[in-house]
Amino acid sequence: MAAGQALPELAAVPWRTRTDAHWLRRWGRIWHAWTLLYTVPFVIAGAGMLWLEPLAAPVALGAFAHAWIIPELYAFRGASVVRPKGPRNEAAEPTAQGLLGDLLGHEERELQRRTGLALERGELGVWLMGEAGALLVTPNRRRVHCYCVRTTEPELPPSDRVAHLLLALRVDEEGFATVANHAFAGAPWRVRRRLPERMRPAVDEARRAARS
Amino acid sequence: MARLIRMDGTGHTTLAEWTAADDVAFAEAVEEFRSQTELGWIGTVPDGPGKATHVRELPREADLVIMRRPIAGG
Repeated sequence: MAAGQALPELAAVPWRTRTDAHWLRRWGRIWHAWTLLYTVPFVIAGAGMLWLEPLAAPVALGAFAHAWIIPELYAFRGASVVRPKGPRNEAAEPTAQGLLGDLLGHEERELQRRTGLALERGELGVWLMGEAGALLVTPNRRRVHCYCVRTTEPELPPSDRVAHLLLALRVDEEGFATVANHAFAGAPWRVRRRLPERMRPAVDEARRAARS
Repeated sequence: MARLIRMDGTGHTTLAEWTAADDVAFAEAVEEFRSQTELGWIGTVPDGPGKATHVRELPREADLVIMRRPIAGG
């Protein structure tokens, strides 16, 4: 990679392996295995208890609840990366919104105004950029990677925070994914249902864009 | 007219403007760019849909140069 094309923030995380498509596939499989590992034993335990002693139904229900709640909490953590955060800075937001709009195409601009998430097509998949995080829908549309990543200037208006992430992503997509903290990987429906309602169409749009 | 802008708490601030033919205005813009990079701002040139370039010196031919703060994992 040419020196001018590497994200300068990579210098702050020299120990990290550069994130590429192979890394994402491997990490996605690990998350999948991890999900099975903390779900299946509770289901088996619950079923086993019911089979051995029907009077243990309340305890079995507790096991089933664990099998349901823990994946939900992980998905909630993943979805939370793109929830609105920090000061709204309403006086400066229209100006920032104008600049962000100039950086986006017509359809992406409309989507961002409706949902708060900016859609960006990349080599690794389709990104949805929020104020302090990003979602990456993989090209096969079967997985979403959730990243915590933000600008170091927290007082910026929300659209400027999105624009910061968008510009960094456009400079060096793999570098961006390397600098960001990976928070979750899982099926898109798991993340979508935990998002605020207005953001959900953005996930649908990203999945459509990943297919095309 | 080319512009050097900074994304800050006001939405954005125009720091300098220049044309290819105006050496004085460009020299002032270069000075402003350097002072901003010394303060930790990063220069980025949007290159159209999906592309941007990190710049360490102000490119004379660019239409728009945006100064941004660094990003970090949250």
